[in-house]
Amino acid sequence: MRAIGIILAGGKRSTLGVLTKQRNLAAMPIGGSYRSIDFALSNLSNSGIKKVAVISQYSARSLADHIGSSKWWDFGRKKTGLFLFTPTMLNQETYGYRGTADCIYQNIDFLKKSNEPYVVITSGEQIYKMDYEKLIKYHEQKNADITIAYKDMNTYAVEDYGVIGLDDNKQMIDFEEKPLNPQYTTVSLGIYVMSRELLIKLLEQLESEGRYSLVSDIIIRYRKKLKIYGYHFDGYWRRIRDINEFYRINMDFLTPEVRNLFFNTYPYISTKAKDEPPTKFNSSARVTNSIVSGGDIVNGQVENSVLFRKVFVGEGTVIKNSIIMEGVTIGKNCVIENAILDKQVYVSDGQSVKGTKEDIILLEKRNIV
Amino acid sequence: MNKKEMIAMLLAGGQGSRLGTLTKQIAKPAVMFGGKYRIIDFPLSNCINSGIDTVGVLTQYEPLLLTKHIGIGIPWDLDRRNGGVTVLPPFQKKGNKQGSWYSGTANAIYHNIRYIDDYNPEYILVLSGDHVYKMDYSEMLEEHKKNQADATIAVIEVPMDIAPQFGIMNADSEDRIVEFEEKPAHPKSNLASMGIYIFTWKVLREALLKDNTIHEDSDFGKHIIPEMINGEKNVDAYRFNDYCRGIGTIDAYWKANMELTETVPVFNLYDEFWKIYTNTEHQLPQYIGKEAIIEQSLLSEGCEVYGNVYHSVLGPKVIIEEGAVVRNSIVMGETIIRKGANLETCIVSEKCEIGENTSIGIGEAVPHVTKSHIYSTGISAIGDNTIIPDNVKIGKNCEVSGHTLQEHYEDGILESGHSLII
Repeated sequence: MRAIGIILAGGKRSTLGVLTKQRNLAAMPIGGSYRSIDFALSNLSNSGIKKVAVISQYSARSLADHIGSSKWWDFGRKKTGLFLFTPTMLNQETYGYRGTADCIYQNIDFLKKSNEPYVVITSGEQIYKMDYEKLIKYHEQKNADITIAYKDMNTYAVEDYGVIGLDDNKQMIDFEEKPLNPQYTTVSLGIYVMSRELLIKLLEQLESEGRYSLVSDIIIRYRKKLKIYGYHFDGYWRRIRDINEFYRINMDFLTPEVRNLFFNTYPYISTKAKDEPPTKFNSSARVTNSIVSGGDIVNGQVENSVLFRKVFVGEGTVIKNSIIMEGVTIGKNCVIENAILDKQVYVSDGQSVKGTKEDIILLEKRNIV
Repeated sequence: MNKKEMIAMLLAGGQGSRLGTLTKQIAKPAVMFGGKYRIIDFPLSNCINSGIDTVGVLTQYEPLLLTKHIGIGIPWDLDRRNGGVTVLPPFQKKGNKQGSWYSGTANAIYHNIRYIDDYNPEYILVLSGDHVYKMDYSEMLEEHKKNQADATIAVIEVPMDIAPQFGIMNADSEDRIVEFEEKPAHPKSNLASMGIYIFTWKVLREALLKDNTIHEDSDFGKHIIPEMINGEKNVDAYRFNDYCRGIGTIDAYWKANMELTETVPVFNLYDEFWKIYTNTEHQLPQYIGKEAIIEQSLLSEGCEVYGNVYHSVLGPKVIIEEGAVVRNSIVMGETIIRKGANLETCIVSEKCEIGENTSIGIGEAVPHVTKSHIYSTGISAIGDNTIIPDNVKIGKNCEVSGHTLQEHYEDGILESGHSLII
């Protein structure tokens, strides 16, 4: 094995409102069957990286439940495994994780006890498919200290990302976190590779100086001291940064390009098996341009929508442009438009839940309408 | 020493010849059912749901797909350090270089006495991969213990007029079996054996050793059970009153699948506490295209539907292209139905490709010319890994298998009641 993996599964973000009230960002439902962390986990496993730490601060329960058995991603082997690290309360003076570097530092034993030469760091809130082996090869070829995967977002707004400036040789010359006035359209994907020993050294240095952030205290602060290179990635890549983006990512799965990439192209994305029965379409079902999942029972009309598992849609109900999460029950003659219904929402007969294209309506988990 | 109260032995070596081309390269227990499942998933899931964690699966006929499907038993939670699932094929024995096949149901168990003895069980559950049902075997075991039985046989009441097709148990008022008749012309009762037995292992072990010296093809129905009844052993009937379908024929298989498409099917697959598990490669959702119409149907993981599907069952990763129409049919995993194809009342096995504008199931329902015992109810069957070219017409009660080309179809037609096997 050439590398170990670290997935930063931070936790909350206020821009996701009630969706992350009780749920880790890495456990966000995506594309009918998946949780967001499945993409990082599958990428690591598919790249031959089988020893992986998931570091999480908040709401780890949904995450622990999801990754509890690591066999779905083929991690649970004699020499490998999947580890979930949450802050340890040793005494009253112990802190939660104080930043992205600190959360790795607090688990530095994981790095020290390994013998793989490299570390791949990614996050659990990104939707993409990447072969990290190629990233590592590039890193070696550039003889880099740190390599950062980047993407050219072209016209896409980049104010909310880490904007990265590179010279002709792809060496990083500039990095600005969430700039008000971005100078480049290339953004850091928050996917890094570096040698395990360098990471240990940097983390110990940072800790002694009371610094805790991977981006500002390593990438930005050391940008002139270390050889930091950019690795160009031009595949599909999205980060769940707010509700609109979450909605948009799920809707992306209705396009053939995104479906083919994740569903039909080897290597595949794996997720926890749920063993739901096949999807049932009854005589009054009218489903078009939608994703449906195991255990769904459809009696009504579904258009341009994503239905997760075990959703019930009653007769005469019309669902358009919506995301319906696992275990939602929608009675008869309802209207659901431009909405996100979180898990186990119950909509009784004849009710309507309508948002607009600009303002997607969001119903919290277990809400009853 | 190991000690398991009860272990299960699942007889999965049968061909199921009345399923015609559906079992061409697939043992009957591995034939897909209800979309995503294979028949063996039902007894295996019943085992784990009943608390039985040690299952020997006896394979013989075409075991490749079956063995791969079972693997180390992960989907059924049967990957255990002590016990779990073990595939038991026939093997060569010392002094018999040729080896010998399993020649009968009891003979197969006889050859695996060592496997059973390893677990030192009190009781042994013998199952077959012939039925689709949910049964709590632990309740049956309770009955067996309560009656202090030597053998308990699960029975189901069948209509009297079809009773001659089954092994019929004649029981006294306390459900103790006094007589067993295999396919009797004039049945005295309508209690049909489901091929599910619980034996007290000590008693069965003795019976197996004895019968094997008498019958080369030692069989439960023909030899062991009648011998136990005649030998004054306590053989009891366990009445099962829930859903159970034998799927031994093309017609029964088709009907049992079609039943699942009803709005409220008699067989409930949605039971959270009695799930049916299966080996799914990955857990894909399904995509339904802009022009698709799907009514009264079941779709499994990873299907993509752009055409029309009515009253049908689709297995995993089936693709139905634009303009294709599938009606009253079963389409198994990874099959592609090309643009404009038209399927009516047929069964298409795994990994097939049906060409553009090809029609299956048209014309008169004449019984098959040579295999009317298999194909007579109008259903056409396409074997696994079959390719059917564009623009051909295939009748009813037909059988097609292999990589077929345009020139194999005279005037582009395969008449009703004919086979095309390449």
